[in-house]
Amino acid sequence: MARWQGPLKKIDDYRWEIPQSYKPGMRVPGLIYASQEMVESIREEQAPEQVANVAFLPGIVGYSLAMPDIHWGYGFPIGGVAATMVEDGVVSPGGVGYDINCGVRLLRTNLRESEVRGKVEQLLSELFVNVPSGVGSKGKVRVGKKEIDEILSQGARWAVERGFGTGEDLEVTEEKGCLKGADPDKVSFKAKERGSPQSGTLGSGNHFLEVEVVEEIYEPSIAKTMGIGEVGQVLFLIHTGSRGLGHQVCDDYVRTLREVVQRYDINLPDRELACAPVKSKEGQNYLAAMACAANYAWANRQCITHWARECFVKVFGKSLKQIGLEMVYDVAHNIAKMESYEVKGKRLNLCVHRKGATRAFPAGHPDVPSRYKKIGQPVLIPGDMGRCSYVAVGTERAMKETFGSVCHGAGRVKSRHAARRFQQDADVARELASRGILVRAASKGGLAEEASEAYKDVTEVVEVCHQAGLCRKVVKARPMGVVKG
Amino acid sequence: MKKFDIIAHTADAGIVAYGTELKEAFANAAYAMFTLIADLEDVKEIVCRQMEVEAGDRESLLVSWLNELLYLFDVEGIIFKRFKVMELSETRLKAEGYGELLDKARHSLKAGVKAATYHMLMVKKDNGYSVRVIFDV
Repeated sequence: MARWQGPLKKIDDYRWEIPQSYKPGMRVPGLIYASQEMVESIREEQAPEQVANVAFLPGIVGYSLAMPDIHWGYGFPIGGVAATMVEDGVVSPGGVGYDINCGVRLLRTNLRESEVRGKVEQLLSELFVNVPSGVGSKGKVRVGKKEIDEILSQGARWAVERGFGTGEDLEVTEEKGCLKGADPDKVSFKAKERGSPQSGTLGSGNHFLEVEVVEEIYEPSIAKTMGIGEVGQVLFLIHTGSRGLGHQVCDDYVRTLREVVQRYDINLPDRELACAPVKSKEGQNYLAAMACAANYAWANRQCITHWARECFVKVFGKSLKQIGLEMVYDVAHNIAKMESYEVKGKRLNLCVHRKGATRAFPAGHPDVPSRYKKIGQPVLIPGDMGRCSYVAVGTERAMKETFGSVCHGAGRVKSRHAARRFQQDADVARELASRGILVRAASKGGLAEEASEAYKDVTEVVEVCHQAGLCRKVVKARPMGVVKG
Repeated sequence: MKKFDIIAHTADAGIVAYGTELKEAFANAAYAMFTLIADLEDVKEIVCRQMEVEAGDRESLLVSWLNELLYLFDVEGIIFKRFKVMELSETRLKAEGYGELLDKARHSLKAGVKAATYHMLMVKKDNGYSVRVIFDV
């Protein structure tokens, strides 16, 4: 693939602008958050071109944004953020992606590294058995026609009402685990067919469960509010999304919207950016279906949370109360949300597309749970399985610059295919084990594809967001054990 | 003649499939997609499924067909390993797929393919035909 030759104007050490004049048709400039070194690697592929292409979307406001974990996607870049006017702008399923509400959930424990170290293997085996994972896995929850509609309209609450977790879990889930406006009638029969047997499954690819240990605390009082008190404390991370249901919803609506783009006289440089006016029938139908898929994903993470708690109780022979495993937070990183922002002195209702980007609301924001009102919304940024993960909090600056958004992870630098050729699963597992990280993988080639070398260093990515003032680092944790889907 | 090539794409995976006829290139694209999902040597030809897919144009038809196969894999658990495209027009495809129901004890599964995307989608005629698809994995 050719190197991207377009213009990147340095604004400061962490901000790079693609001028609006780069391509006729761009309605706003592009803005990429990155360090000097990162810019070189970002230029290696066509992701900046995608940032420029997104700037064509009717009604886009401010900038077509990209976080430092930016990499080449389809239509939108991964790490892309675009806010469009609800009144006369468009919504694009490509700005959300196939894995609608792919997201991350973090739980904290009262356990110390020393008491967990010897039991990681046993814990991974339990998790591997109790949380269905891998390609073609089926869930343990029986979900019929009526239940699937309930899941789609109720989200995580559906799971909690069936005994999977508690009301407190919902309090610290983005949107309380249920996005408004969900209409199961807007989700195709095919999508529901795909979703029913996969409820409560991890899936494959980059989805994982991770037992990790706190390595560094940057903001002790903020961390304490999240229930994270000391280095050596054990945490648990869940990364999954809406499975086949979300993929089908995306496919259904990309197909529909590709056909209506001409009718609405929308000029696009890439057909994968198919979109429709937010207020049109097609736009509203997509948003209602997307909300359903988002809710399915939250129910999914809620069920998995419950089974993970059962595994910990079994392995450690303590009560759940003793173990802890309370939720810190749950964030969506592939989603479109209706949010209100002040832009150039005017309050605007916007449709914020986050494609591989995390919402990062500051202290005092009305959508931040009361527990976190004073510190801001926890932002969960997992790295690859061989490095580390971060917890941060949102800032006012993100509200002003990035529509309350930051990065979502490390971002890939190497294709799965290349990663697979580079190493074997067993080599990766051995190398990780030598550094005290145990892994179980459901899919062949899964470890090689997800090896550290395939990713940017999440520390550099988070550092850019931190230095640019988009979020504040709170906690760094490193993995002890990973179940890969 | 080579059936297909895997192409690298940062977060995803892509294929270019070939055929002397377009029907053959479409069949090889489907085969290539299932090689990403599972080791097909272990898969027998026991189940046969007929499919009819429609779309607005030839490129979209390819994506729609591949996504139909992913849907069948998810819902019915069929791993396909051989395809016969019987009819193919600009907007309509009729095909048969042969394979086996997924058996986790026997089959070796690789990556999950979430969807075939429209990104860099290409259907090209040169000596024969070649088609390119990028998958979200």
